[in-house]
Amino acid sequence: MYGFEAMTFNIHGGYLEAIVRGHRAGLLTPADYNNLCQCETLDDIKMHLSATEYGPYLQNEPSPLHTTTIVEKCTLKLVDEYKHMLCQATEPLSTFLEYITYGHMIDNVVLIVTGTLHERDVQELLEKCHPLGMFDSIATLAVAQNMRELYRLVLVDTPLAPYFSECITSEDLDDMNIEIMRNTLYKAYLEDFYKFCQKLGGATAEIMSDLLAFEADRRAVNITINSIGTELTRDDRRKLYSNFGLLYPYGHEELAVCEDIDQVRGTMEKYPPYQSIFSKLSYGESQMLDKAFYEEEVKRLCLAFEQQFHYGVFFAYMRLREQEIRNLMWISECVAQNQKSRVHDSVVFIF
Amino acid sequence: MGDSRGGCCPPMDLFRSEPMQLVQLIIPMESARLTVAYLGDLGLLQFKDLNSEKSPFQRTYAGQIKKCGEMARTLRFFKEQMLKAGLSPSATSVAQTDIDVDDLEVKLGELEAELIEMNANGEKLQRSYNELVEYKIVLKKAGDFFPSAQQSATAQRREMESNQMGEESIETPLLQEQETSTDLSKQVKLGFITGLVPRGKSMVFERILFRATRGNLFLKQVPIEAPVTDPVSGEKMEKNVFTVFYSGERAKNKILKICDAFGANRYPFSEDRGKQAVMISEVSGKISDLKSTIDAGKLHQDHLLRTIGDQFEQWNLKVKKEKLIHHTLNMLSLDVTKKCLVAEAWSPVFAKKQIQEALQRASVDSNSQVGAILQVLHTRELPPTYFRTNKFTAAFQEIVDAYGVAKYQEANPGVYTIVTFPFLFAVMFGDWGHGICLLLATLILIVREKKLSSQKLGDITEMTFGGRYVILMMSLFSIYAGFVYNECFSVALDLFGPSAYACRDLSCRDAYSIGLIKVRNTYPFGVDPAWHGSRTELPFLNSLKMKMSILLGVAQMNLGIILSYCNATFFGNCLNIWFQFIPQMIFLNSLFGYLSLLIILKWFTGSQADLYHIMIYMFLSPTDELGDNQLFQGQKTVQHVLLLLALVSVPWMLLPKPFLLKRQHENRQRGQSCTPVQVTDDTLHSEANHSHGHGHGHEEFEFGEVFVHQLIHTIEFVLGAVSNTASYLRLWALSLAHSQLSIVFYEKVLLLAWGYDNIVILVVGIIIFIFATVGVLLIMETLSAFLHALRLHWVEFQNKFYEGDGYKFYSFSFALIHDEGD
Repeated sequence: MYGFEAMTFNIHGGYLEAIVRGHRAGLLTPADYNNLCQCETLDDIKMHLSATEYGPYLQNEPSPLHTTTIVEKCTLKLVDEYKHMLCQATEPLSTFLEYITYGHMIDNVVLIVTGTLHERDVQELLEKCHPLGMFDSIATLAVAQNMRELYRLVLVDTPLAPYFSECITSEDLDDMNIEIMRNTLYKAYLEDFYKFCQKLGGATAEIMSDLLAFEADRRAVNITINSIGTELTRDDRRKLYSNFGLLYPYGHEELAVCEDIDQVRGTMEKYPPYQSIFSKLSYGESQMLDKAFYEEEVKRLCLAFEQQFHYGVFFAYMRLREQEIRNLMWISECVAQNQKSRVHDSVVFIF
Repeated sequence: MGDSRGGCCPPMDLFRSEPMQLVQLIIPMESARLTVAYLGDLGLLQFKDLNSEKSPFQRTYAGQIKKCGEMARTLRFFKEQMLKAGLSPSATSVAQTDIDVDDLEVKLGELEAELIEMNANGEKLQRSYNELVEYKIVLKKAGDFFPSAQQSATAQRREMESNQMGEESIETPLLQEQETSTDLSKQVKLGFITGLVPRGKSMVFERILFRATRGNLFLKQVPIEAPVTDPVSGEKMEKNVFTVFYSGERAKNKILKICDAFGANRYPFSEDRGKQAVMISEVSGKISDLKSTIDAGKLHQDHLLRTIGDQFEQWNLKVKKEKLIHHTLNMLSLDVTKKCLVAEAWSPVFAKKQIQEALQRASVDSNSQVGAILQVLHTRELPPTYFRTNKFTAAFQEIVDAYGVAKYQEANPGVYTIVTFPFLFAVMFGDWGHGICLLLATLILIVREKKLSSQKLGDITEMTFGGRYVILMMSLFSIYAGFVYNECFSVALDLFGPSAYACRDLSCRDAYSIGLIKVRNTYPFGVDPAWHGSRTELPFLNSLKMKMSILLGVAQMNLGIILSYCNATFFGNCLNIWFQFIPQMIFLNSLFGYLSLLIILKWFTGSQADLYHIMIYMFLSPTDELGDNQLFQGQKTVQHVLLLLALVSVPWMLLPKPFLLKRQHENRQRGQSCTPVQVTDDTLHSEANHSHGHGHGHEEFEFGEVFVHQLIHTIEFVLGAVSNTASYLRLWALSLAHSQLSIVFYEKVLLLAWGYDNIVILVVGIIIFIFATVGVLLIMETLSAFLHALRLHWVEFQNKFYEGDGYKFYSFSFALIHDEGD
């Protein structure tokens, strides 16, 4: 049905697409960022944000503000918007919207499990969880001792259950295999999401496969860089890469054997879209890689809005808002800790 | 906004907007706040933002604005607390002496701290109270099922034992044997936990418990009938009392964790019945103690909130005013010496004296040594448009402003709208019965004006209320037009004497007008009732209304063109008079003015001439003989002349103006300051800026652009003359629709029901008639006639002269704070 979405898309998706485009218009502008970067105190930031869409969420906060409050309130706004869209959505858009949150769910599971491993208070951990990735029995995760229990006790009820099939072991949890679990889950999740989008077909499939492929490739690079120098074997590393994306399959073969950052760089520069990212970095440097990837991602997400009649806009909007909240967090942290010179280090502008 | 300024307006001049001037105020720092406050009370200045390049928090008074924001937040907090406690801020605030802002801030801070502390204490107490209530419920419920559970457990065990003893066959599972044996050995360690779990989560809770302990537990749940308040969240929710029996320390830890995760509150419980009774009485005692403490705290809090509520409105207003003042102060630029603030503001010329008085008062009241200085600046910028309206004219001005705000000092169509708008409406809505209904409805609004304007109204009501005087005029004109059409709920009455016509003989019936002869003088006012119901009624009324529409339309369009003349003379623009106004007048009147003349001639002479034919063949074959269609001597010559004039006026409109503009521009470039024709629109300021050159800086002159613009303008006018005249026929169409609809409702509902001679049918018929009349004829028809009248004004009338590209004068005034509310 490619090319014919225009005829039927608006029956179910038109209203929400309008909504999401309206929300997108409310993203902070370069002028806003410019002003925010000049703020002296957190109160200034609050004052500036009160003129934006965040205003109603921040106006009732008493004056000694904290970065966490700002971030929390901004996230609350995103969650409210998401919930509103989810309520209005019909199939298959509602499933699509739910897919967006699974990534947060995986992060939350890992956060709680790691936290309990290091004997943190569950309540405290729960506060740190991303509200989009919450599910009913999340607090019970603290009970589990190993993967099998984790699955059997809690995750079997969640949408993550099918992704778990690959990592059920009876080994006790430790940092290493939690990290492996996270990446295995993420891999399964991305592949599932990718398949789902392909099934939807049309412009959605086209745009989402591009966005998800980028996500998968970025994860592959990150996994490689993070696993350099650890005891993770090449085969295990290879298994963590998602089975789609621009790097699949030949890039993965090469990444699997990389032993330092420059080899990764050599591999990636063979792929034209990533060449520009790596060409910005000097040799041996991986600090700025995250930012470079984020910038590329934001560019792609913004492009998703150029086409109509597809679900990619919802994904793109959620991601852009999250990036904006990350920016706000960075700016307010810099302001709060008097590190204003570093304010531009990690802010990714959304235009 | 048309704020009513009582009845004591200075002589109103709505035709041109108020002359404005740009004033510069130099205000000493120490009296700045007070000065701005007084100017806000006066409400006749529009400050210009002189710091637009600075972001809000870099401005001078950002700190004070933040403070105001903080105070506003505190006030919102108070309001929320008052709502929670079921109190409302009293509208009749105690008139208190003016409180200082800093004092207010301190006071608000103190009150907030007190309230928060009180809340915290109250919450703590409330929490323990809720806990005790839950505990009591648990004690009661668990006490009920504990013995029964234990009994059934022992019974089961006994059964198992007997099973084991009785039949030791191969079928007995080995595992079970093991289980029971371990059970028996660990029976001593069998522990239990009791508590409450939210009902929504109880199923998941049970499932997880089962999985976590691998089924080695016994869980019993009993729902509580009434919802209880959760101690942690303070919300009412439905809960279940549960008791879990488990064995082993590990299982206990797991269960405790799971309980925490599900927000299940655990309570200690004793197996012993005697102890249970003691605990229950203990808990009950504590509950009553706590209850009285909480009540006392509540009373205290209520008292505090009440005192806050008394002054809430006053404080709220004060804070809002303060915020507005500082926002305004932020728009002023700081002098180099940092000792005074410089403001630029637009103000009407007449307000100069009042402003000076306010400045004087402020400097005296603030004990400032230096007074504020006011001086008038000269500028080439276009001033804002300000009409001083009253409550009657405001709504009509709104109608015009909705299309576009008049350019500074441009002729204001609002003046004519006051009469023409209701009149055109009435032409479409002519029925004096309906008019009286409408009049009564608006009179209700007008009589209750004072009361209604002070309260908040719904969307539609507010709109109706805002336009009450428009509706009043519309209804009065409808009654007039209704008398002209002689229609009252579609019935014709002979109010002004008997009909002029009568039957010639008995055979003539109502439905035929042929048998009628004129027996008396012409019916004195409006349409003769004899037309009503006759076969020729429609052709007669159609002809009448159609011709009337064209006459009205041509008249209104001529008025529009004349207004463009007024504008041209006012702004000293000779070019527009000679090359726009005159050819336009000629073009319109040589075609449609002539048509109007023919219509009137035909009415007077009673000629049978076909006006369509005359108009069409005036173009198609001007040389043909007119024959029967001749209305007056020399008509053919007149037509030739008119046609020629119309043809000439088109290039006249199109060509000279762009070339003359070009020449003027070239002259100006050569530095010849004295041009015979002045193009600049703002002659007011041109003398001040004479040395700087003319006009508003459009030194670039693109001949092509100007020419295309003029071409478009000409085509629009020429085509518009035809299409706009045709557009006025909507007056006829809507009037026809209205009268036909009312006839349908009258004859097909009311008369039909009457004919049945049955009281029930009659009542039903009357009800339907009333609803149809009110719903369709009074509400929907009013709306549609209103919209069509609006269109005729916006498009057909105003496009002849109205630029509408000005901007409104928004004064800095405290009066607006009261309106907005929240």
